[in-house]
Amino acid sequence: MIFMRKNMSATQASRRNGRRGPLASVALILIGLVATGGAYAAFSSASATAAVDLSSPAVINQGQKLFAANCSTCHGQQAQGTENGPSLIGVGSAAVDFQVGTGRMPMQMSGPQALSKPVQFTDEQTQALAAYVASLAPGPAIPSQSQLENGDVAAGGELFRINCAMCHNVAGAGGALTEGKFAPQLTHVSAVHVYEAMLTGPQNMPVFNDLNLTPEEKKDIISYLSYIESNPSAGGLELSNLGPVSEGLFLWVFGLGAIVALTVWITAKSN
Amino acid sequence: MSTVSAPAQSGVVGKFSNYLDERTSISGAVKEFGRKVFPDHWSFLLGEVALYSFVIILLSGSFLTFFFQASMTPVLYEGSYVPLKGIEMSAAMSSTLDISFDIRGGLLMRQVHHWAALLFVASIGLHMLRVFFTGAFRKPRELNWSIGFVLFVLAMAEGFTGYSLPDDLLSGNGLRIIDGMVLGLPVIGTWITFLLFGGEFPGADIVGRLYSLHILLLPAFVLIFIVLHLMFVIIHKHTQYPGPGKTEENVVGFPILPVYAAKAGGFFFLVFGVVALMAATVTINPIWNYGPYDPSPVSAGTQPDWYIGFADGALRLIPPHLETYWFGYTWSWNIIIPVLILLVFLAAAFAYPFVEAWVTGDKREHHLLDRPRNAPVRTAIGAAGVTFYAVLWAAASSDLIATHFKVTMEGVINTLQILLIVGPIIAFIVTKRIALALQKKDREILLHGFETGRIVRLPGGEFTEVHQQLDAYDRWQLVSYNDNAPIMLRPNPQGKITGGMRMRASLSRFFFEDRIAPVTQEEYKQALEHAHH
Repeated sequence: MIFMRKNMSATQASRRNGRRGPLASVALILIGLVATGGAYAAFSSASATAAVDLSSPAVINQGQKLFAANCSTCHGQQAQGTENGPSLIGVGSAAVDFQVGTGRMPMQMSGPQALSKPVQFTDEQTQALAAYVASLAPGPAIPSQSQLENGDVAAGGELFRINCAMCHNVAGAGGALTEGKFAPQLTHVSAVHVYEAMLTGPQNMPVFNDLNLTPEEKKDIISYLSYIESNPSAGGLELSNLGPVSEGLFLWVFGLGAIVALTVWITAKSN
Repeated sequence: MSTVSAPAQSGVVGKFSNYLDERTSISGAVKEFGRKVFPDHWSFLLGEVALYSFVIILLSGSFLTFFFQASMTPVLYEGSYVPLKGIEMSAAMSSTLDISFDIRGGLLMRQVHHWAALLFVASIGLHMLRVFFTGAFRKPRELNWSIGFVLFVLAMAEGFTGYSLPDDLLSGNGLRIIDGMVLGLPVIGTWITFLLFGGEFPGADIVGRLYSLHILLLPAFVLIFIVLHLMFVIIHKHTQYPGPGKTEENVVGFPILPVYAAKAGGFFFLVFGVVALMAATVTINPIWNYGPYDPSPVSAGTQPDWYIGFADGALRLIPPHLETYWFGYTWSWNIIIPVLILLVFLAAAFAYPFVEAWVTGDKREHHLLDRPRNAPVRTAIGAAGVTFYAVLWAAASSDLIATHFKVTMEGVINTLQILLIVGPIIAFIVTKRIALALQKKDREILLHGFETGRIVRLPGGEFTEVHQQLDAYDRWQLVSYNDNAPIMLRPNPQGKITGGMRMRASLSRFFFEDRIAPVTQEEYKQALEHAHH
């Protein structure tokens, strides 16, 4: 503020005739930020809580139409599967919400594994598709919000290291699998999608059913992931949490680079 | 330090120096040492960086010993890092977490220690490359190369023992790999690992044992070898690059006092500053992510620190299933072969100065450095070695290469397997050709000057480009190098040609059959005369 006032006095003469006060642009930016941020927060929380009744015949009907138009080429008219895509009977709403909700389905191209990409359907459409697939046969359901929050972070960390870290890395940075497949990064993945992935085992991931990891334990794991995502490293830049390789690379490029530049500087001949 | 600059006995400094001198006779030593001359070149400071990193490691390490408990006694963690609260872990891990989260400045010190350790080994590596490619290891400095090599190995051992101390998941996985490698050695392997770990892996002893090595034995050896290394530097005097006024008999540069002492002292703080900056802003080894060691989980992206990477890479590149069952023992060739390759590679680096001295038969002392192009085969061997090491090194991060460049892991491994063999050969040939070409260019410039781009038409109608001769200063650098010719295979006084002699002759041919001779004075005069016509 003090800084600004000094600037003001210097430019007062030119500003005096102007229509806007000197703080107008700051105020405008502030209003804009609050408005967009608030709207975004309101919108995103609204969409998260938008409850669609998955058992309503109207929703199922809408889902069936969407399915016929977008999914049946590979998964068959009755979701019975074809040689290009597996049967979806009994995969449950959780699988649909994960695959469609992360943009993995509809699949863009065949490859080692389906990649996540910008989501193709609205939340409402995804829910409708999930409702349709869930109506075909019983299967794992989309978890409720209470299944995703307030777990034991320490227990979750231990479970994560034992069950997940060998593919996803201890900090959820992701890792390589065979033949071009990989375990994706887990940061910026929503809690509900993490839960659904454990429940349904998409792509190369094994299924962690409720006997293997109880709902309580799944909740702990999710709480651990959200803890490490929202609490950045105490030590500074994380270098993507890739471990000694990124540390070594940093040392050789920036550390040693700086040192060599200094040696050149210190031995430079003065002109 | 100020003692030498006060010859008069007036003033506080003068009186103090006199007091000191009369009791220690130190002025002779200071005078002698202070007049040592060091040549100025950036590449001569790389060893100094290693020395300074070691000092930083020593200081920050001492701080860490105040709080670290080298014990594998299980405790429940009750510190302030939430995701590990109430988790059972060893006292070593728990105390490392306390250093990181509950002791003021502890995390900074840990990160200073670890970054400085990475810098220590890296600067040693770079220093060794400088010494190798400039031929600074030639007589009389072969022994100092050996001492430096021992320091390099000791530094890696220091690094690895330190990496294993916190007893987190990453360090435990690293130890498990070492354990597996030792177990893979036939007959003796099992005995050695039982001795090392005090029984079955991981046991309850290894952290305490590594700690003794890490803070007592290994640093003592590092110190002894550093002292030896520096003593030899003083005894031999420093090498210098060829240039005007520089000969095998002199050293051109600045005296230690006052110029070099000031520069080097300032440089220490610069290095310390770089390390402190890295430690303050960039996380290294976040053990809290890895959690306590537990033999069952292994994280994706589990790698050793960079300087052990080449060993990890060798294990990753060896084809699987290489095992035989002989005499009641399993012979794990997929362990034995990588271990042998690494040992041979290190032995070759150790022995190179002696091999080259034997091949050239050169008994002269060399204080003028070679420009890398003027020793084409040595430079090419070095390039091949660097390539070999780099491929092994890259292989240690094969999984991260696969995920970050979106290629298959098998593709990465197979490519690197081929590159490990083909790469050094290509690097050798290409480097040798480039070195020879550069020598040819130097020779051309020396004899005919460099092209000015000025085209002149002679009275007879002929066009010619004007060449400008080099001045004496530039010429000096281009002409001063040794010409090594292949040695002739002649019978010894007993009239015999032994196998060793044949081998030496063929190695000598390998080294020197392609060579560009330095320009002689005669040639130069002729060329000048020719230019005037």
